Amino acid sequence: MFTPVYLDHNATTPVDPVVLDAMLPYLSSQHGNASSRHEYGRAARRAVDEARSKVAAALGAHASEVVFTSGGSEANNLLIKGVAACLKPGLLAVSAIEHPCVIRPAEQLRKRGWTLQKLAVDANGRIDGANFQAVMAEQPRIVSVMLANNETGVIQDVESLAAQASAAGAWFHTDAVQAVGKMAVDFRRLNAAGVHALSLSAHKIGGPKGVAALVVDKRLDIEPLIAGGGHERGLRSGTENVAAIVGFGVACELAAARRLANGERLLALRRRVERGLRALGATLFGQAAERLPNTVCFAFPELDGETLVGQLDRDGYAVASGAACSSANPEPSHVLQAMGVAPELARGAVRVSLGFVNTDAEIDGFLVTLQATVLRLHQLTAMAV
Amino acid sequence: MAYSVKVLDHYENPRNVGSFGKEEEGVATGMVGAPACGDVMKLQIKVGRGGVIEDAKFKTYGCGSAIASSSLVTEWVKGKTVEQALDIKNTQIAEELALPPVKIHCSILAEDAIKAAVADYKKKHVDQAAG
Amino acid sequence: MLKLPIYLDYSATTPIDPRVADKMIPYLVEKFGNPASRSHAFGWEAEAAVEEARVEVAKLVNADPKEIVWTSGATESNNLALKGAAQFYAGKGKHLVTVKTEHKAVLDTCRELERLGFEVSYLDVKDNGLLDLEVFKAALRPDTILVSVMLVNNEIGVIQPIAEIGEICRAKGIVLHVDAAQATGKVVIDLATLKVDLMSFSAHKTYGPKGIGALYVRRKPRIRLTAQMHGGGHERGFRSGTLATHQIVGMGEAFRLARLEMGAENERIRMLRDRLFKGLSDIEEVYVNGDMEQRVPHNLNVSFAYVEGESLLMAVKDLAVSSGSACTSASLEPSYVLRALGREDELAHSSIRFTLGRFTTEEEVDYAIRLLHDKIGRLRELSPLWEMVQEGIDLSTVQWAAH
Repeated sequence: MFTPVYLDHNATTPVDPVVLDAMLPYLSSQHGNASSRHEYGRAARRAVDEARSKVAAALGAHASEVVFTSGGSEANNLLIKGVAACLKPGLLAVSAIEHPCVIRPAEQLRKRGWTLQKLAVDANGRIDGANFQAVMAEQPRIVSVMLANNETGVIQDVESLAAQASAAGAWFHTDAVQAVGKMAVDFRRLNAAGVHALSLSAHKIGGPKGVAALVVDKRLDIEPLIAGGGHERGLRSGTENVAAIVGFGVACELAAARRLANGERLLALRRRVERGLRALGATLFGQAAERLPNTVCFAFPELDGETLVGQLDRDGYAVASGAACSSANPEPSHVLQAMGVAPELARGAVRVSLGFVNTDAEIDGFLVTLQATVLRLHQLTAMAV
Repeated sequence: MAYSVKVLDHYENPRNVGSFGKEEEGVATGMVGAPACGDVMKLQIKVGRGGVIEDAKFKTYGCGSAIASSSLVTEWVKGKTVEQALDIKNTQIAEELALPPVKIHCSILAEDAIKAAVADYKKKHVDQAAG
Repeated sequence: MLKLPIYLDYSATTPIDPRVADKMIPYLVEKFGNPASRSHAFGWEAEAAVEEARVEVAKLVNADPKEIVWTSGATESNNLALKGAAQFYAGKGKHLVTVKTEHKAVLDTCRELERLGFEVSYLDVKDNGLLDLEVFKAALRPDTILVSVMLVNNEIGVIQPIAEIGEICRAKGIVLHVDAAQATGKVVIDLATLKVDLMSFSAHKTYGPKGIGALYVRRKPRIRLTAQMHGGGHERGFRSGTLATHQIVGMGEAFRLARLEMGAENERIRMLRDRLFKGLSDIEEVYVNGDMEQRVPHNLNVSFAYVEGESLLMAVKDLAVSSGSACTSASLEPSYVLRALGREDELAHSSIRFTLGRFTTEEEVDYAIRLLHDKIGRLRELSPLWEMVQEGIDLSTVQWAAH
């Protein structure tokens, strides 16, 4: 059977077989509700507790700092809206390249009297230092800057940004959904620098969809988004998704154990992709910035990204044109626009995001196919003109 | 709720469950607690000559720790004089049964039951002496 | 051979039906795409599975698939329905009506709405647990915008008169939300005839996985909501966040099986529940909580007089049962649902909720009956209250030395 090559690991990842094995009992005989007092319930509670410890350990956090949610979007909504609900309305600053699940909740807060300032990035997708300093001088109450960007893979110097934000009296959050598993993420160290909360998601690191976590400094007051029963220290009610939480714990454990080896392997693969892309005359975004070892975002001038990825899919290579969540949106990527990329070029953007299961041969095959596709599309474009 | 081995033992095999006939010679009764609070303990002692507690029985409406505390107390008071029985402190009961903090009130109730039974004995004893 | 403890807590959560698990697992491994990925076959395959499941959920309740919004569970559905509708229709009024025996997910959300400036009436129920329609009508005001009444109660299993409540609400233009987490697969739900505007569902109470639920949002007449989770605009903007394909597939399959099998299954479960009831009714001073007629066949909630709750649970540790709802039983505070039935006056009663399900057997029920006979007898032998009652003492006349 023909199986396409999956090069879209920033959208989601397959569940690791080790993770699946850990989950299976909780999809069958271990079916208790973790709030029940009987043995089935207590077994479920132990499994949730153990998973919480694993997630915490992988991040250098304390288990009591981990709040499970149904996904990264919920974790980010909880943080932005939940923290704002405990503060007097004021200034809120989020980077212009945040995921929509940070930007949209931040925009919602305008209705409650908050002022939203989007933090500018430079041409390489890094936070603009001067702009950041200027915004901090206005003493924002909440600042959110992602650790690594989902589209470009560009990594921010979050420790330094958090230190400045904290010095200005702000609560600082970082969305680490794309960073965890692909780079070192140590909550204790980030916390010491001034990061008060961090989001991560299971399905980006070989865990299941439907579970994520917000890691929170307990000094941070948060109003829950979902009420009813008082689960997760009152921060998130609802019956615990035991199987997914167990899978998340194991996925975090594996990600931490494999990170160094995976990181090197991913970087070698990424360089192979980049060499090929340069040879084909592609523009690579965020090139001068430090980036995740698995992400390449590029465009060919005059070629539409949607058309390109559609053709690549037919030829057996699954890549993305912009982030999965906003792919339905014909607007060019807000991330690339914030970097000052011209809309025509941004419309051509394609993202390749690698997983450690990808091979050199797959990359070479992808580059050969890409070359043929680009050539054909150029000819079509030329004919159309 | 995790129960200690000793609580479970007393709960599964409570010692000296039952009641004495009320008019039996030397029997005194202490009833403490209230249904609304979730525990009622009835401790009965049978006091022989010289004020020595020869036998004891209990009935308890309450959680496992309350049942264990009262069961334990019936064992401890036997062979003691009524005055010695009053020396039994709730902390000893709690320690023996390894009660968690939320269950300390059970040991307090058991101590109260001893006091109530002894008070009942003294009341009857004085009445008898006077009569 | 019996496996102990015997699971009789199907209202807390159900095991995943093996047929459901079999359908889910491929979506964790080879069919792992993000349903929002529009640029490749992995994404389309996942999206197709999500839509197929949506059709199955809609079919069980006779709704249009476009009226089904995925959530992480009934708790989130209840939050989205109540906050979403209250906030959207706040311009029309700020009064809500609900019932004291609702699930915490509804009651806690109502408390939150009160803090946000809404006014909520919490209605009493009759001593059989059912809402009195006259009481209900009297509670409605010109500024009432939203009513929330559950279809099946999680503790006592009684079925509220939703059809009648729907007629009343529709006539007055009031939005009606119904928490149906405990109802799917147990009672027939026909949203084409019921005048319900919003309905919450859960998968894990109907042999599907935990972590997934849905909210029905009526299209005709159209009901609008203020979204509570913002981001990529999933679920037509009602609820952003990556869809958990395997869980959705599981819910779809669970609801499909419920649709096909509930008729026969409920008869079998009713027979078992009646057997349990009959078996327990020859114990002295046993009382059923909640109406026995307007009730799902899965539930039996009984009180045993003169037996203390925690020691009772300890005594029946071979049975996995609940002494309240799963969310509150850890604290062992008296159940607010039973309290609403007026049971608080009766001192020294302990209740057990038995909820039976797809995998309950006759042998398990018989074991439970024998065990309870034995243990209730033993605990009463230990109980000074039982002794006093046997001696003819009226406990309410006793001066207790309260501590």
